[in-house]
Amino acid sequence: MALLDVHDLKTSFKTDDGIVGAVDGISFSVEKGETLAIVGESGCGKSVTCMTIMGLLPRQNTISSGEALLNGKDLLKMGAEELRRVRGQDVAMIFQDPMTSLNPVHTIGRQLREAVLVHEKVPKARANGRALEMMKAVGIPRADTRLDDYPHQFSGGMRQRVMIAMALINNPDLLIADEPTTALDVTTQAQILRLMKNLQRDFGSAIIMVTHDLGVVAEVADHVLVMYAGRVAEQGSARDVFFRPSHPYTWGLLGSLPRLTGEDSELHPIPGTPPSLLNPPPGCRFNLRCPHVMDVCRREQPPLVPFDGNPEHLVACHLDEDMRKRTAEELSAMMMAQIS
Amino acid sequence: MTRYVIRRLLWAVVLFLAVTLVTFVIFYLIPVDPARAAAGKAASPAEIKVVAHRLYLDRPIYMQYVHFVDRLLHGDLGYSYSSRQHINDVIRQAAPITASLVIGGAILWMLIAIPIGVFSALKPRSLADRTAMIFVLAGISVHPVWLALVASYLFGYVPTTGSFLGIIHFPAFDLFPIQGYCSLSGAAPGEICGGPYDWAKHLILPWTTFAIGYAAFYVRLIRANTIEVLNEDFVRTARAKGVKPSMVIRSHVLRNAMLPVVTAFGMDIALAMAGAVLTELVFGLPGLGYTAIHSLFQFDYPVTLGVVVFASFVVIIANLAVDLLYAWIDPRIRLS
Repeated sequence: MALLDVHDLKTSFKTDDGIVGAVDGISFSVEKGETLAIVGESGCGKSVTCMTIMGLLPRQNTISSGEALLNGKDLLKMGAEELRRVRGQDVAMIFQDPMTSLNPVHTIGRQLREAVLVHEKVPKARANGRALEMMKAVGIPRADTRLDDYPHQFSGGMRQRVMIAMALINNPDLLIADEPTTALDVTTQAQILRLMKNLQRDFGSAIIMVTHDLGVVAEVADHVLVMYAGRVAEQGSARDVFFRPSHPYTWGLLGSLPRLTGEDSELHPIPGTPPSLLNPPPGCRFNLRCPHVMDVCRREQPPLVPFDGNPEHLVACHLDEDMRKRTAEELSAMMMAQIS
Repeated sequence: MTRYVIRRLLWAVVLFLAVTLVTFVIFYLIPVDPARAAAGKAASPAEIKVVAHRLYLDRPIYMQYVHFVDRLLHGDLGYSYSSRQHINDVIRQAAPITASLVIGGAILWMLIAIPIGVFSALKPRSLADRTAMIFVLAGISVHPVWLALVASYLFGYVPTTGSFLGIIHFPAFDLFPIQGYCSLSGAAPGEICGGPYDWAKHLILPWTTFAIGYAAFYVRLIRANTIEVLNEDFVRTARAKGVKPSMVIRSHVLRNAMLPVVTAFGMDIALAMAGAVLTELVFGLPGLGYTAIHSLFQFDYPVTLGVVVFASFVVIIANLAVDLLYAWIDPRIRLS
């Protein structure tokens, strides 16, 4: 049994203009200790997927269905109190903007301690000890003197370290990281990613890494889920998705990566913008931007099926498999050329 | 923190001097001869001259100001022209009345505003929220004098006379007094009432009418702030940590939502002293506002000046206290 098994997850929001289907039937699973990256443009439903699993979306205007089994228990069917116990204990989450994710009026020590005390009845001194331990584990210099400091006395990178410390303090089975490096500068990004990898090894937590940065994916992911407009475009092992990419959207993502070598130094962004989820286009949702679009793409939603007989590598595309295989090989050769 | 406090204290002193200067100049500009007012109606020009000399009024204005500040620094506000009473005594009698009204009113308005404001924020657009918003609209729109008059009619006059608009009649009973004040500490010789019970009974209507406008305003303020903080990232972090909803509100939302409220409260306490004038006049409470207005009509300007200086002193102290309180609840202020 996988640690987390998400099946046909759908989340929509009631808005004044109508119902917005932010996530439309996605399935994936995460094994113990492995890393899944969810990739896609802004607004494709990656964050909503995580927030749904965490039960952090406002209940009044959200409709979700499907299941999200964590160790066999469905997070979507849990009552508020049961879910509260799971949050921070079994599943923890870190967010995009470390500058605003910590409470400005409480000390770092108090916020770390709180994460322990809401789940365990331990003396304050024990909780403090754990807080200090975690501060050291995430590499905050002079950790013992910094527990009484306030968030504004920390830099962005240090705050994200604090967030990671807070998330891992109860040794959760699963860590959901929603664009944890997006708001940081490039050198700090690399440090935080390395830290997360090291901590994953030490703590054995599985990680769901939400990102739009394929560089981050290449760095950390075992499995990749490429989302487009609330649906899965392609999913599989990081190897498959990077070296045998088989969906025009994935090609576009890989093609829009900046390259350091080669004569062609121009970026190739995917033209257009993602469709409105209030009135999504019929058929394949990528059809408006796809360079290989066919008539069938505008009529029928492509099923998510194994590519080239590989049951682990799923792609939703109407294109001819041989044609996609050739493109995948060309792209793969280019990637290899870059690496070597 | 120490440097912050010292800097704030020095500013308070500068501000106080500025206020005394401005008020002094304003009273100097009023086209009434204070010496004539002080000497009485039947005084001869020679007598007026003597009085003017004694009151320092024949010196240049800057000397008069220096004399005034010098006396002030010795804690002496001078004497009333009309009653010859020492102004320190006048203020000593009036200040507790205004303090009772303003402090009691402020406590009442916060007691009303905090629960309603927070509850409205937690259940926006609910029936309770809509009802609260109607109260807010009414409370802000209604004029305090009108409200005070209606309240004293309905809860003071009507019960004691046993007649409502002369149409409905019922046995008279004693509910709230329409006018007057009783000291909290007990009846002094010559007073008919005193003690906590009489004190509160005389103040309930003034407190209520005084508090309603502010309460309405603060419900709106607290509601808006709370809604804003509820959407903050750190609240989501707290929920993601598994903090209980009640603790999220208490420990993470309220303290942050109260930061701007504390600032507004500090400033409004100052404004409230001015607002208290109306309430004092309607309910016949001989507080500072009442005293100032009466002295103004009698051209008894040392009393007016004394009240203004005292009131500004209190306002400055209140603002200082709020700033220090703010530094205490918001660590970001402490260090910058």
